[in-house]
Amino acid sequence: MTTGWLAAEAVEVRRETPRVRTIVLDVPGWPGHRAGQHLDVRLTAEDGYQAQRSYSIASAPGERPDITVEELDDGEVSPYLAEELRPGDRIEVRGPIGGWFVWGPEDGGPLLLVAGGSGVVPLMAMARHRAASGSAVPTRLLLSSRTWEDAIYRDELADLTGRGDGFEVVHTLTREQPDGWSGYARRVDDELLREVAWPAHAGARAYVCGPTSFVESVSRGLVDLGYEPGKVKTERFGPTGG
Amino acid sequence: MTMTSQTADMRLDGNAIGGLLLGVFGVEMTGAMATCGSCGMRGALAEAEVYVQCPGTVARCPACGSVLLRVVESTERTWLSLEGIRTLELPIATER
Repeated sequence: MTTGWLAAEAVEVRRETPRVRTIVLDVPGWPGHRAGQHLDVRLTAEDGYQAQRSYSIASAPGERPDITVEELDDGEVSPYLAEELRPGDRIEVRGPIGGWFVWGPEDGGPLLLVAGGSGVVPLMAMARHRAASGSAVPTRLLLSSRTWEDAIYRDELADLTGRGDGFEVVHTLTREQPDGWSGYARRVDDELLREVAWPAHAGARAYVCGPTSFVESVSRGLVDLGYEPGKVKTERFGPTGG
Repeated sequence: MTMTSQTADMRLDGNAIGGLLLGVFGVEMTGAMATCGSCGMRGALAEAEVYVQCPGTVARCPACGSVLLRVVESTERTWLSLEGIRTLELPIATER
């Protein structure tokens, strides 16, 4: 952990969806991170004006910190990161930050990951960490997206499922579904949770990340299903982004 | 952590002020356990209700809504109030 700002260079930029890009950062002196942590990004304009935002780290521990950024219509920082930034550009970062919303194979499972939109980013770090460390913890990731096109990491999630090592992904598409879609096509409600979540008696651990209203309804739903409140960890998105 | 403009989503949680608290305390604080001075609820600071749209930042108890802490940053100084926290427990060995 570091409390100071570090110089970072964007070394690769990958488009994930029409509004979302992943930025791979080279950060000399990066102390390493755990799955679920985030970092602060600081941009400085030529006139000295600074803007700072927090982004979840998408990559597994031991790798360079990737951030996955969604462009927000009224955002100040995200349009730059999601559309303008090019490989070779420099920004400043601080982190890693957070030690509560984190998971490692030693924490065990079964593991339930529930994401609304770009809330999948810190959960993807957990899924990648699980795969990279050869963990066999039974894991289900439930991802709620507006459309199939908006489903972040969908190809990689399919690959992770294809490994046959106990990882499953369940999509629900709330706004529009492709022709022939046979998956869920509604918001995550109590019935959907009951169908997808591990039974509470299995001692499952859940991580929920997304907009505040999504996180609160899902975490309430899981506790209603019998999940121990202490095993349901939540992270809400909001106005520190943008 | 991205932004939505919906009013219902203006309320965040303590994860969002991990960087701010790291700057103030010098250690990771989202996993620190705070006991509310009003209702006695004990929980991780990550679980506090956090409002960052105020002048400064306010964290409230998720059980009773009482103010736990307030932070105001200016270019010259950081002002911190812990008025609503009875006790704060920090893990001894926070790795990284």
